[in-house]
Amino acid sequence: MSALRIRALHTALLAAVDLDIEAGELVFLSGPSGAGKSLLLRAIADLDPNSGEVWCGDIARSSVPAPVWRRRVGLLPAESGWWDERVGGHLLAAVERGGDLEPLLTRLGFGPEVLEWEIRRLSTGERQRLALARLLLHQPEVLLLDEATANLDPDNRGRVEAVIADYRAEQAAAVLWVSHDPEQRRRMNGRRLMIQDGNLQPEAGADIVGAPQP
Amino acid sequence: MSLISLGPLDLALAAALVLLLAVLSWRLRLGVERRMLIAAARSTVQLVLLGLVLKVLFETTHPALIALLAFVMLSVAGLEVMARQKRRYRGPWGYGIGALSMFLSSFSVTVVALTVIIRVEPWYQPQYLIPLLGMLLGNTMNGIAIALDGLTRQAHDARERIEARLLLGATWGEAIGDIRRDALRSGLIPIVNAMSTAGIVSLPGMMTGQILAGSPPMEAAKYQLLIMFLITAGTGLGSVAAVWIGSRRLFDERARLRLDRLAPGRR
Repeated sequence: MSALRIRALHTALLAAVDLDIEAGELVFLSGPSGAGKSLLLRAIADLDPNSGEVWCGDIARSSVPAPVWRRRVGLLPAESGWWDERVGGHLLAAVERGGDLEPLLTRLGFGPEVLEWEIRRLSTGERQRLALARLLLHQPEVLLLDEATANLDPDNRGRVEAVIADYRAEQAAAVLWVSHDPEQRRRMNGRRLMIQDGNLQPEAGADIVGAPQP
Repeated sequence: MSLISLGPLDLALAAALVLLLAVLSWRLRLGVERRMLIAAARSTVQLVLLGLVLKVLFETTHPALIALLAFVMLSVAGLEVMARQKRRYRGPWGYGIGALSMFLSSFSVTVVALTVIIRVEPWYQPQYLIPLLGMLLGNTMNGIAIALDGLTRQAHDARERIEARLLLGATWGEAIGDIRRDALRSGLIPIVNAMSTAGIVSLPGMMTGQILAGSPPMEAAKYQLLIMFLITAGTGLGSVAAVWIGSRRLFDERARLRLDRLAPGRR
């Protein structure tokens, strides 16, 4: 569907970032904590002040209002916020716009009763999976994932990886994924980059895969 | 009934009660005695000065002098609103949001009251203008301070919640809508409560003053009602303006939540 093109993106911690992610391509990003990975994702989603230009397909970020941009380029932060008391309040609005809720919840390991659950009683891992569901229901064209599986047990990690892989394949979404898990970065078929001294470069020891992975 | 003039000794007796309370606070280690005495001294100086200034003003009715006094009142109210914020806006906004919304609400309501309702000739006659403006400023100041403080505090604590909505494509107004409503409500509750208990639980200060000064109770009640309605309207308008400008300022032109526009918390 849409590729992500980043040109001369400046944030507080990083030198100018240039990056191309093809439609349907997966790019992993790693690096020491505090290197600016999360800030890079926030800058791409235009959540922090930054300079530079980003294109989603042939739409330039500066040419559309910020809410329109963020609907297209969906960021899943490491810790998501919740504004309603119950899970349903976060998901049903997206369903009215045509998202398909139940199959997605099932694949992430939830039954339909989850809609009645209270947010404050959820575990960190449950929140993480439900935040992913909430994001995917909005059908973004590009996914920016910040440690999407950090708090999950192996079963649920597998579920999330499968859901993301399928979304990428079906929607041909470009995916930029910050992951601290070297196994995961090897296991899933993607290009691997790391941040070192404020620069984006291929991860040491990773095969340099330039071509998009189907 | 006629006005019984108070002598210095009468006031000294009342002040002795405050002094007694300060001693009590010191004995019980409440730690408020210093602030209490300073506040009492401040109000003494301020009210005596105001009495002197109004005396001169009532004799001259000079528009420039009246405008100057009104301006001083507004400036101080703006400072007071700023002083009551835990998290102020940085730069001129910290002072400007409160002062501007007070100016918009108090001045417009006062002018409407003087020209349309009371119909004073000329409308800036200080016997009416200054007390009305004072009542309005004092009360809108409270409402605006509470509403703004609620807005910035909650926005600061709810950063993830607000950004979660922004990330799903909400506009800045949608993302902060519930916080904005909450802040407005808390700014309006004191005056709504004051209206519903007026005359039963509490005898409002202005009516008390008028009755003590010898006015017929019915006239005092009518003026009190007028003032209360004006105050409610002024507080509402002022809080709406302050919360609207304040919440707009929390976001920039790309609908990013800019908590860096708030100074670090105090107290």
